[in-house]
Amino acid sequence: MRGLLVLRDQVRLAPKPFGLAVGGSVLYAITTVASSAVLGWVVDNVVAPRFTEGRVASGTVIAGILAILAVGVCKSVGIVMRRLGAMTAQAQVQAVLRGRVIDKYLDLPLSFHRARPTGELLAHADGDAEAATGVLAPLPWATGILVLLVVTGGWLVATDPFLGVIGLVLLPSVLLVNVAFERRLEVPANQAQERYGDLSAVAYESIDGALVVKTLGAEGRESDRFAAKAESLREAKVELGSQQALLFQLLDALPTAGILLLLVVGAWRVDRGIITPGTLIAFVNLLRLVTWPLHMVGWVLGSLPRTVAGNDRVQGVLRQPVPPASELRLVAPPSGVGLDVRDLHFSYGAGAAVLDGVSFCIPQGCTAALVGATGAGKSTLMQILGGLLDPASGTVSAPTPVALAFQEPFVFADSAFTNISLGTDLTEADVARAARIAQADEFLDRLPRRYDSVIGERGATLSGGQRQRLALARALVRRPQLLLLDDATSSVDPSTEADILRGLSSELAATTTLIVASRPSTIALAELVLFLDGGRIAASGTHAELLVTSPGYARLVQAYEQDRVA
Amino acid sequence: MGSDDGTWRVLKRGWETSPAIRQGAVLTALLALVGAAGQAAIPVLIQQMLDRGLVDGRMQGGMLAVLAVIGFGVVVTTAVAGVMTRRRLIRRGEEALAALRVDAFRHIHRLSIATQSEDRRGALVARVTTDVEQLSQFLSWGGVAWLVNTSIIIIVVIVMVVYDARLAFVAIAVVLPMVAVLKAVQHRIAARYDAVRSRLADLLTAVSETVMGASVIRAYGAQPVMRRRAQSTTEALRVSQVRAAQMSAFLFPTGELFSVLTVAAVLGVGLFLGPASGLSAGELVAFVFLVNLFLQPVAEFTDIIDQTQLAVAGWRRVLDVLATPIDLVEPEPGVLLPHEPPQVTVDHVSFRYGSGPMVLDDVTAVLPAGARIALVGATGSGKTTLAKLLARLADPTDGRVLVGDHDVRDVASPSLRSTVVMVPQEGFLFDATIGANVRFGKPGASDAEIHAAFADLGLDDWLAGLAHGLDTPAGERGDSLSVGERQLVSLARAYLADPYCLILDEATSAVDPATEVRLAEAVESLSRGRTTIAIAHRLSTAERADLVLVMEHGRLVEQGRHADLVEAGGPYAKLHERWVSGTASLA
Repeated sequence: MRGLLVLRDQVRLAPKPFGLAVGGSVLYAITTVASSAVLGWVVDNVVAPRFTEGRVASGTVIAGILAILAVGVCKSVGIVMRRLGAMTAQAQVQAVLRGRVIDKYLDLPLSFHRARPTGELLAHADGDAEAATGVLAPLPWATGILVLLVVTGGWLVATDPFLGVIGLVLLPSVLLVNVAFERRLEVPANQAQERYGDLSAVAYESIDGALVVKTLGAEGRESDRFAAKAESLREAKVELGSQQALLFQLLDALPTAGILLLLVVGAWRVDRGIITPGTLIAFVNLLRLVTWPLHMVGWVLGSLPRTVAGNDRVQGVLRQPVPPASELRLVAPPSGVGLDVRDLHFSYGAGAAVLDGVSFCIPQGCTAALVGATGAGKSTLMQILGGLLDPASGTVSAPTPVALAFQEPFVFADSAFTNISLGTDLTEADVARAARIAQADEFLDRLPRRYDSVIGERGATLSGGQRQRLALARALVRRPQLLLLDDATSSVDPSTEADILRGLSSELAATTTLIVASRPSTIALAELVLFLDGGRIAASGTHAELLVTSPGYARLVQAYEQDRVA
Repeated sequence: MGSDDGTWRVLKRGWETSPAIRQGAVLTALLALVGAAGQAAIPVLIQQMLDRGLVDGRMQGGMLAVLAVIGFGVVVTTAVAGVMTRRRLIRRGEEALAALRVDAFRHIHRLSIATQSEDRRGALVARVTTDVEQLSQFLSWGGVAWLVNTSIIIIVVIVMVVYDARLAFVAIAVVLPMVAVLKAVQHRIAARYDAVRSRLADLLTAVSETVMGASVIRAYGAQPVMRRRAQSTTEALRVSQVRAAQMSAFLFPTGELFSVLTVAAVLGVGLFLGPASGLSAGELVAFVFLVNLFLQPVAEFTDIIDQTQLAVAGWRRVLDVLATPIDLVEPEPGVLLPHEPPQVTVDHVSFRYGSGPMVLDDVTAVLPAGARIALVGATGSGKTTLAKLLARLADPTDGRVLVGDHDVRDVASPSLRSTVVMVPQEGFLFDATIGANVRFGKPGASDAEIHAAFADLGLDDWLAGLAHGLDTPAGERGDSLSVGERQLVSLARAYLADPYCLILDEATSAVDPATEVRLAEAVESLSRGRTTIAIAHRLSTAERADLVLVMEHGRLVEQGRHADLVEAGGPYAKLHERWVSGTASLA
């Protein structure tokens, strides 16, 4: 029943092509019956006279052959209408669903994305959208086949109840075997799929870790591990193939046996003078034509649960409420102040407070370092300042625009130019200047088509440090008043990092920079250090001051000193 | 390394590579013919009935009973033969594919890291997963269809010729142009479906960027540009789907049209010939059914051939992997290394990946036994490649690497692997528990040994701090642990492997201070009593080393002790200066 509602909604998205497909299917059904009737007529009125009496009027022969051809052409038209309509409808509905899902992804807040694995989100726009429309395309055909079944059954019963009974038993039983077939194969099919997943995971992991495997001389062990997976996959596949063999053959033999029965009983009825030989041939031909597409009805019934499930997953995304835009309104700070944060509180869900009254102030143009142990809430604070998370309470005042760069930058499969400009109206010169400050120009200039070169997934691969510098250029091109760097230079070597920050202070002198630092060289470049501990700024000042005034800070940075002194 | 072998050549290679598919192939083919005979049961029965009086409306009861019994007998027998055919084919085929998968996998692991370089790994994984899987999918319908359809065509043609060779000729003559039509159109359809696939790939890229770049998109308000991109890719996909649908919709009824043409032609010729030519009414009507039986497998073949070409292409890729020469040749018999920290000698070593530029250019150095050596240099200077050659993960293009007195190429690989162990930078972990990951260094090690390893490295308190201790899952590629923690586990793994020569690729990425201290201590304990070569990203590592090797653009430009090199004022001194300017203010 749910399935019908899903289909109704989908049909509404593409009523015209769907209607075309249903029309074509009905035409197909009618012409299928007609073709058998014509064959029966030809046997009785053309073939029988020619071979028993030796002669037949040539006009009758021509009429018979033309009728066969005409019906064939009409049937072909029905097939074209059905396929064209069905596939167009499916493409149309898929496009609508996919478009809606992506739109929703863009509208939903970051927390939605964080809470779900990437693969799952991809699947909603790919496999799920496809599964959701899985029944839409074959549905018109299934409708046509139902018409065909009813007409066939009616004709058989009306002509001769004996033959009618055979037809009425045969057709539903073929349908039942089909449905059972779908169900029965599901278990071994899923098992094979699962084991293939296991095998792929081992292959991926083992080849990905080839260096470790090789250096520890574990090639043999890994091959044995893979061989065990391959063996269990083989078993599942042989099991599946075995069942398929039985069921396919049954689906082949059952109609044949049924038609045979019809033929035998029919011959007896012909002998009794109840039907003509031509009618018997027509019935045999019709049953042959009807049993084959019954697969499709079985398939549609079998796929309906998958369609409903796919649709549920898609709708699950579309039903997600979009919360109102960020609560945090950046207040313009008094002149000379680069960033002023007052009493910021935050916790994830109902968890413990991550930020518990964070307050600090950075003068304009100053470079400040945010230091804290792992898990102290540095990234959370940066994301609040960057507008990606809403604080529970507190205020942030900063001049706009604000730009935030991450430790693990994302590179779009697009040109370097687009990756930096991200669709904003910027000139080549703006982008090049930002790249120069970010020290990204040296490798971008070397790309084959410079800033027009495609990078990322389908283009030139960049190293971790190069990606970070690209992301930095992305942030700088906006000429931010406040620049937030969340460990955004961790993979850049310290001397380049120093060059970048030097360039920043000369080229963007008015920009206030806040850097999450976990490298001593980075801390060294800051004029002001903020020590985040216990959910608040536990101490602030220069590095030298903090070493004296804050024992917690001293302990934290001592780690680096030990490495240096030892 | 891709070969340009044609389809037949690939089939021949495949046939030769997999003994499983050769076993009992003749019997399977015979069974398929028997199974296909069942298809002819209905037309033959119709002919018999009509010609034994039914065409005049008469059928003798006894005769009818005999025909019925024979008919059902044939249907049952051929069905059994059919099931056996399919089962035999799948069993042998899957056996061959499983063997092919495992052989290819073993082969991949024997290749050097120059051949299985990082950018080729995805492709290599695909060889043993999707490519073989595609073959398996093909086997279950395409392979079966080849066997079953060929058998049906053979049987039907035989029955047609027995009935009337002239009509058989007419039927085949009308069907042949259909094959040409289908063949011609199918290529164009395939091209349109290729377009659908690439549009789908574009869409998936757009979606994955929307998802994976969620932070960046929100941080920079890039929603409008992403929305435009998503709209244009979904629309492009829809258009490509409709274009493919149009062509396939018009191709689809080809079989139907040719079917009525053939039936009309056969009926016309049959009626013209008439009873005088020896043709009977039953035979002519049977032909109508035989024509349809014949047409379906022929029409399917055009599709199957296309699928076959795809499957063969996949097969070729897998066979090509097996044909890739093993570039790390195992010596016969191999030398065994003595049980002591070795001196490592690099003797005029040059190296390039494939035909790429020289990554190492005539490097010569002696790394004394038991010493601590630091390899320093900018990214891309060749220090990691040199380290990999020392561990024989690849062989030099020129020159040689000696461990002790032996060229690594002469050392039996178990002996080499137990003597020289490299700890890669990111500390790759398997998706298993921490205990299982450490045990990877020494299969069969007890939990006590593993605990002892952590304790000896000073990591017992870290281990104790984990909720599940050794049973803590590491996650996919070790993702449940931080970068630093992953390295701790790989150090413990290396400790358990207990090599005499340790090669360490230090992490560049920052780890939190507490882990940093632990790492430093663990490395310290681990390197005791071994020849240790560290690819150094930390100044302190270089300072502590007995010997520093400075690499620049694939060349060894300087070597000596830290203090002497600083004094010398060469490349190392410059590197050091920049290093210190980054950290000195803290000291």
